[in-house]
Amino acid sequence: MANMPSSGDAQAIPRNPGMPFRPELFQHIKINKSAVERRCDSIVKRRSVKKDHQVAWLLKAITCMDLTTLSGDDTPGTVTRLCRKAMQPVRADIIARLGVQDLGITTGAVCVYHNMLATAVPAVAGSGVHVAAVSTGFPAGQIPLPFKINEIKASVAAGATEIDIVISRELALTGQWEALYEEVKAYREACGEAHLKAILATGELGTLTTVAKASWVCMMAGADFIKTSTGKEPVNATLPFSLVMVRAIREYHELTGFMIGYKPAGGIKTAKQSLDYLAMIKEELGNAWLRPELFRFGASSLLGDIERQLEHYLTGSYSAQFRHPMG
Amino acid sequence: MSIKEIFNTMEYGNAFESAQQADAWLESRDRTLLHYINGKWCQPETGQFFDTSNPANGKKLAQVADGSEQDVAEAVASAHAAKAGWKKLGGHGRAKYLYALARQVQKHARLFAVLESLDNGKPIRESRDIDIPLVARHFYHHAGWAQVMDRELPDYEPLGVVGQIIPWNFPLLMLAWKIAPALAMGNTLVLKPAEFTSTTAILFAQICDDIGLPKGVVNIVLGDAKAGSALVAHPLVNKIAFTGSTEVGRILRRETAGTGKKLSLELGGKSAFVVYDDADLDSTVEGLVDAIWFNQGQVCCAGSRLLVQESVKERFLAKVKARMAKLVSGDSLDKNIDMGALVDESQRSRIASLVALGAQEGGVVWQPDTPMPTTGCYYPPTIITDVEPASTLAQEEIFGPVLVVSSFRTPAESVALANNSRYGLAVSLWTENINLALDIAPKIKAGVVWVNCTNVFDAAAGFGGYRESGFGREGGKEGLFEYVKPRWEAQLSTSPVLKAGKAKAAKGDAAQVVIDRTPKLYIGGKQVRPDSGYTDVVRGANGQTIAELPQGSRKDIRNAVEAAQAASGWTQTSAHNRAQVLYYVAENFSARAAEFEARIVQLTGKSARAAKAEVEQCIDRLYTYAALTDKYDGDVHSTPMRAVTLAMKEALGVIGIVAPEEGGLLGLLSVVLPAIAMGNRVVVVPSEATGLLACDLYQVLDTSDLPGGVINIVTGDRVALTDTLARHYDIEGLWYWGTAEGSTLIETEAAATMKRTWVNYGRFYDWHDDRVATSEQFLRKATEIKNIWIPYGE
Repeated sequence: MANMPSSGDAQAIPRNPGMPFRPELFQHIKINKSAVERRCDSIVKRRSVKKDHQVAWLLKAITCMDLTTLSGDDTPGTVTRLCRKAMQPVRADIIARLGVQDLGITTGAVCVYHNMLATAVPAVAGSGVHVAAVSTGFPAGQIPLPFKINEIKASVAAGATEIDIVISRELALTGQWEALYEEVKAYREACGEAHLKAILATGELGTLTTVAKASWVCMMAGADFIKTSTGKEPVNATLPFSLVMVRAIREYHELTGFMIGYKPAGGIKTAKQSLDYLAMIKEELGNAWLRPELFRFGASSLLGDIERQLEHYLTGSYSAQFRHPMG
Repeated sequence: MSIKEIFNTMEYGNAFESAQQADAWLESRDRTLLHYINGKWCQPETGQFFDTSNPANGKKLAQVADGSEQDVAEAVASAHAAKAGWKKLGGHGRAKYLYALARQVQKHARLFAVLESLDNGKPIRESRDIDIPLVARHFYHHAGWAQVMDRELPDYEPLGVVGQIIPWNFPLLMLAWKIAPALAMGNTLVLKPAEFTSTTAILFAQICDDIGLPKGVVNIVLGDAKAGSALVAHPLVNKIAFTGSTEVGRILRRETAGTGKKLSLELGGKSAFVVYDDADLDSTVEGLVDAIWFNQGQVCCAGSRLLVQESVKERFLAKVKARMAKLVSGDSLDKNIDMGALVDESQRSRIASLVALGAQEGGVVWQPDTPMPTTGCYYPPTIITDVEPASTLAQEEIFGPVLVVSSFRTPAESVALANNSRYGLAVSLWTENINLALDIAPKIKAGVVWVNCTNVFDAAAGFGGYRESGFGREGGKEGLFEYVKPRWEAQLSTSPVLKAGKAKAAKGDAAQVVIDRTPKLYIGGKQVRPDSGYTDVVRGANGQTIAELPQGSRKDIRNAVEAAQAASGWTQTSAHNRAQVLYYVAENFSARAAEFEARIVQLTGKSARAAKAEVEQCIDRLYTYAALTDKYDGDVHSTPMRAVTLAMKEALGVIGIVAPEEGGLLGLLSVVLPAIAMGNRVVVVPSEATGLLACDLYQVLDTSDLPGGVINIVTGDRVALTDTLARHYDIEGLWYWGTAEGSTLIETEAAATMKRTWVNYGRFYDWHDDRVATSEQFLRKATEIKNIWIPYGE
């Protein structure tokens, strides 16, 4: 049952099988940065979500969250704590007062290193929370290809249902698109039933045009999700990167009928930011994408701010972090 | 809806901006808007009021004083009384007030925004994020111009009392565009807001009062066209600045003709939005939203004509329609809408009937199937395809959320289609190819070019049009000149400063005619006989017949204009090349100096010494304009975005020049040279006294590599020829040095095409005085400024 949607529309989404490498579908792309930025500035001002609506949207944001810990000092203890938080992300009394107990709010997944799977997989078993493992020499990806393939296989064998791979930036930066296609295709094969989330490391790709092209190559190679960042680049998720990537997703869907998921990761820390992203997805891709099967935030501190906002809604008083359980 | 339900539907809900403070402000004024004259709130003299209402729901907001001629007269008198003091305050003194106004606008930003949206129907997002910040920016920027006026414009002075009439689509922003430069340059003013939208002007008057702006400097008279007409007609008004329809603009041009009132007109448009096949199409769609669904399309520079390259047409239109289906219409104070209400029911029904006409003429009308508010004054976003240039909707301004579409195959065809319009306000070009963008931008007849962006404005950049979109610029340094005049203008004489000729008996032995010579008209680089077949006798200073000059007629003017229009290569060639030609003219002219001197003596009876001096000054003038050809160039404006904003000086095109009666050859060259130096082609009507000299001149031109058609000379009856030029539809400018009546005629007739006119109102220039005769004014009048916005970033 690991692949069942955790909320909302339970209709299964057909997996993207990928397609043959067709460079003519993306080679012509030129992204106009200034115009993209202008749209991003406007999109967040054209839509405003307040009161009950805001609460519902923030709960949605939680269900679309990959609660993440990717630190050198992660231990079974800290990962267990994170997993419990993922399964019960909001204080039970708050959930009750909001009248949303039967929504069964959990985060979409927890996201950890391979070594923590042994802790995370049993910790969330049966909760509907997915376990995602970062892979392929995360975050830099500078290890030999066979190692990467083996790492994916090992993580899938250890129970990860989602694999967050990093692309070889070198291939994108030097325009070796077919090589990148083959690489990601190999990852997809190694994933088997587990879903593949392709991290582009947008902050290292130089231009929005390269981001768009890399998005296309990953989708063609069979990625289930495309994701901005490792969270370790100097610039991580931004609205302009996101706009470019979701527009690629939209066009891929128009062309193939397959819906690719989107995951901005890194730098999304506030409830307001999460609303901006949800609005962008709604405007550019539509409501169908507003569910964890197709949209995830990669975040570690976002949940804390959302919890405070939810309590503020109920009490009218500004909340404090210590009132909410640590993850 | 419960939180659970919203969680599943993920709707936005409403997010209303509160109207509470705006309502309280209206209540504080008893929902009655009065004139602001001489620092006092004034009842309308007639006691009459009309209602203003919120177009989103039809609810009355306030009653508005209905201004009369008497009210206007009082306001003008007050501005007139205040003008000396305001001018005397100096740049720094005025800068302090403008700065205070900017600050006050910011302090009351939200109240301004809410009032504006209530009154006009525009989305609060737009008034809050676009209109009001631009208003504050305009006052800041112009506080700066006030401060540095003395150093930046040392040879200019204020006009005096300015009358300003503004439209309802951007009520406060248009007020700022008018008031800020007028005050900065030391003028006092009377402003009349549009009758639909008076509220923010009154709040503005209140902040003028709050900061202690001297009484009478800003006067606001409310009312409809009656008040506007009275303002235009008032003899103490020195300038009219108008933004509105071309129809009214034309009336104002005629009403002010010959009065010497300076006029700037920012009128309608049918601006093209051009999409090339290499554009970032998704971004272009958003540009189009900003172009035609901003402010419900009630924007003079709206990108209302989509021209899309055939190869991407279907793909692009599919994207546009998908986007249109996501546009939300609703109450102006809802923060979740894209489009608000139209300003008035009259506007809605006009749009509806134009769309019906478009359908009748074969256009395919498409509107998204999205819910529209059931009450209030709304019109859905609309696209009409298959609208070819021959369709009414491709030519007429709709001023609503209606886009018409046609396609093109090549860049050249895109230029031809974009320019196939009586208007010339703006154009938006979408391509990722900078070579293409910078090739097309100068070729489009539009005052504003947006490359990969649309509807961006700033106080530091000029805005304004060509053709029937009017003349004058608002914003930037170029905009300041609408509110000043050269100091020498006030000193122009009402009687001739120089003798026109025939002053005294000449010696008669100069330039003996040995072989009969036949002066002809000079058209398209060829000497041609007049169409009429008649000639006029030219007599020398001693009364002797010297030659017979061709009697040019309207047909010769027609031919000359055609030749000038065909000589567009002169405009496109480099300034360096033009300078070389002018130097070469000077060289050849100089070689024949003796001949010209003799002719001057023969015609005018001047002394040989005086003739020699005049010829020497002619050569000097040739050198001056050869020198300035590549010096009077453009600017890069400091606009607050990541963009290069080029203020490019462009030749007007073809200018008709009716040369001064007096001043002889020097006068003739003084008016022709600046025009051609800047790349214009001219049709010159010399004075009767100078005609023969002009004919001598063309022999010099013929030997100096001046391309045919750049200078065309038509001699003959000045009154008749002037009339033909004034009525001609295919000349862009008309300069005139002659009588007051002739000046009035030109300004009246120019209303038909909105050609740029420059007339002397019967006053006289001293063509020997460099300060006057080579003043920057000549170059300014010979050019128009096009602002090209080029955002960058990869």
